[in-house]
Amino acid sequence: MYFRHIEDESAASPATSPSPPELTRRQFLQLTSLAGSGLTLGILLPGCGSQPGAGSVAGPLTMPFLRVAPDNTVTVISKHLEAGQGVWTGLPAIVAEELDASWAQIRVESAPAEVPTYQNMAFVPMGVHAQLTGGSTAVANSWQQLREAGATARAMLVAAAAARWGVPATDITVSEGVVSHAGTGRKATLGELAGAAAKLPVPANVPLKNPTDFKIVGNEQLPRLDARAKSTGKQQFAIDVMLPEMMTAVVMRPPRFGARASSFDASKAKAVAGVVDVVQIPRGVAVVGRDMWSAKKGREALSVTWDESDAEKRGTTELMKEYRALGRGKEALTVKEVGEADAALAHAVKRVEGEFEFPYLAHATMEPLTAVCRLSPDKCEIWAGCQFQTGDQAAAAAAVGLKPEQVTINTLAAGGTFGRRATPDSDYISEVASIAKATGGKYPVRLIWTREDDITGGRYRPLNYHRITAGLGKDGKVAYGQRIVGQSILIGTPFESVLVKNGIDPTATGGSAAEQYDLDHARVSWTPPKVGVPVLWWRSVEHTHMAYSKEVMIDELAQAAGEDPVAFRLKLLGKHPRHAGALKLAAEKAGWDNPFPKEKGRGRGVAVHESFGSVVAQVAEVTVSGNKITVDRVVCAVDCGIAVTPDVVKAQMQSGIGYGLSAALYGKITLTDGHVDQTNFHQYQVLRINDMPRAVEVHIVPSRNPPSGVGEPGVPPIAPAVANAVRAATGTRLHTLPFDLAAARRAKA
Amino acid sequence: MPIKLIVNGQARELDVDPDMPLLWAIRDHLQLTGTKFGCGMALCGACTVHIDGQATRSCVTPVATAQGRQITTIEGLSTPAGHAVQQAWIALNVPQCGYCQSGQLMSAAALLASNPHPSDADIDSAMAGNICRCATYVRIRGAIHQAAETLSAGATA
Repeated sequence: MYFRHIEDESAASPATSPSPPELTRRQFLQLTSLAGSGLTLGILLPGCGSQPGAGSVAGPLTMPFLRVAPDNTVTVISKHLEAGQGVWTGLPAIVAEELDASWAQIRVESAPAEVPTYQNMAFVPMGVHAQLTGGSTAVANSWQQLREAGATARAMLVAAAAARWGVPATDITVSEGVVSHAGTGRKATLGELAGAAAKLPVPANVPLKNPTDFKIVGNEQLPRLDARAKSTGKQQFAIDVMLPEMMTAVVMRPPRFGARASSFDASKAKAVAGVVDVVQIPRGVAVVGRDMWSAKKGREALSVTWDESDAEKRGTTELMKEYRALGRGKEALTVKEVGEADAALAHAVKRVEGEFEFPYLAHATMEPLTAVCRLSPDKCEIWAGCQFQTGDQAAAAAAVGLKPEQVTINTLAAGGTFGRRATPDSDYISEVASIAKATGGKYPVRLIWTREDDITGGRYRPLNYHRITAGLGKDGKVAYGQRIVGQSILIGTPFESVLVKNGIDPTATGGSAAEQYDLDHARVSWTPPKVGVPVLWWRSVEHTHMAYSKEVMIDELAQAAGEDPVAFRLKLLGKHPRHAGALKLAAEKAGWDNPFPKEKGRGRGVAVHESFGSVVAQVAEVTVSGNKITVDRVVCAVDCGIAVTPDVVKAQMQSGIGYGLSAALYGKITLTDGHVDQTNFHQYQVLRINDMPRAVEVHIVPSRNPPSGVGEPGVPPIAPAVANAVRAATGTRLHTLPFDLAAARRAKA
Repeated sequence: MPIKLIVNGQARELDVDPDMPLLWAIRDHLQLTGTKFGCGMALCGACTVHIDGQATRSCVTPVATAQGRQITTIEGLSTPAGHAVQQAWIALNVPQCGYCQSGQLMSAAALLASNPHPSDADIDSAMAGNICRCATYVRIRGAIHQAAETLSAGATA
């Protein structure tokens, strides 16, 4: 059990009093090595005080979350993975704001793996002490921390200027990275003051700015810090790491989930030019070559005998048949119960029923999983787009037989993740470390998953079946009953002990109508089947399916009641003002109150959903031609608290809409006899530009609340908004994903 | 027999399998890593380079067939259309994860070289071979239009 970062809840520190930071071994080494080189350095952690300088004032001011260098650059240390969601812009914006830096002097780099310094504060109250990017928490959990970091550094730089100029600190101003004293006309850059500031004690409780004074936070025009590197081919991803003598590995993995290699014949693989090693690892057999081409050719020539006695051999057709039976059966765990749902549904004057089916989905990140490992007797270095540094460090350590602190994690930009790079067992990191161990650390090794490895590799959004009855009583009150059948993501992982309560996995069951509408009568229950297909969080996790069935059924109930879908929802959102606010804004901007053109095949639909602390409402306009659905326009409103970087918020809504639409129109992983049927993008189709709505309009609800998530919350509403629009256009209900209008019409007939 | 390539205007010689896809030759042997691996089957466009000015999927192009032809990668993209799309990409904050964007830019530059004023439909048709899982598509359309305007303004100035 190497998940030492996860403690029993009883032992967890409350969020308000985290354990005191310690000078870690890495920081100690950094400190000692640089001090030995004669450079002035301040490793400034609360409680550590100042470090003696070497006499020179030219040195960096180095703090856990930022570094001000003599060249006047300010480097923000990101504890979170940049995978496209914009944290390399959002986190620096918070620091730059409180520091009063110029945006042009801001740089960003990844933090090393270190807990508690770089732990995700959002998970601390749950007893998880880990460096982890997920749950759309990056900006939310960093907000206070980075404001304090920026303000503290600013106070130290101002104090250094005050001492140098012999003027009171209170008379000094900072603007656009220039420190000034109006009375004497003296000015200095942040970089010029860094060395002197580094010698000062770290002040506590430095006041933060009044949000009305924000210039960078909330700036609509703020350029992304990574836009240039990513528009010139210069951004380095794990797949681009080139180390001297490095070899490339691919792994042959079991053809069915749960199978294991019992023996292999490497003779033909080793005969392929460029292949240098073939080694067995716990997860399969690795072929190592001097480049990707030789490794791949070698794998094609490899022969492995698999022990499939414990393998999952069912297909998705059988699984869904079992799920339907389970959904109609009695056995279920109660997730949420309000009022008398069964009785209220029995006496409802209007009632709608629906059975919903959701497929397995692959994340299909554009950069297939890749990691590099360099191993020596007492050190292991990893380069990857790490989303779960603490777990990855522990997994690599376990794989190579070192201690976690002997493993260095170099977090690089990831070519997408959508959840895939944060696996509780650090699958691909564990693989690359195992290969390095099995080849004796003779050479650095780069592991690349092919697209086929990715699509057939499991870790899918779980297959799900929902059965819902929604009713309207004589008293106008809504009653709602939902059965969910779907695998647990958390049970069986180290997260189970802290995140699963009373047997209920919130990542399988959250976000129901019972939570998101004011319902007098609701019952939601869950049956988790045991299936050998590995599952994982997939961008917006449970909300991918929970929002869908909820928003489609509420819409159908509004129709049954003869009411407008927006007005009907608003009546049920009295206790959910943020839902109501986002819904009203989307409706207003979409022109909902204007009659929609009564053209054949055109329709308009709406959905609203809260996830990861943010509420998103979307109005979709569609054209249905034959059985082809075209989404013409999407109007989106998001309440994410203070929008730190509004353009990134908009980009994430656009992105979530595209990602969700991809699943609605095309996403489907199926299995036959335990074998995954899809292998690459010709079979696992994803959204292309020609299916992206021509108009995607994003509006941000003004808010003074602390920031909440944006990476995921744009996904859940789009599929139900489109389904509701298609129903408005055609009268056909879409209850099975991905959409198959021809099949839905046949089923209705 | 060494493979002789002209990449970004420079003559290069490689001792590799003639069947090796051009993608892996330029990435693993020339260390030009801006061109990305996404699918290996010409389905996603991440590996797009220009061969004699044509947008080409390098992941299915045997390196031997590219001999003697002008190969341009993102690192060597220097045409007016190439610069215009890169500037527009930066101005509109198009990239998210950024992994597919080299391929998107190579396809966009090739589109503008042959069609200086593409409509949305032209863009959708020319860019449909390039997948972006971050779905930056709305901004890609906008950036191509902006680059087209920049180019036509430059041409008339």
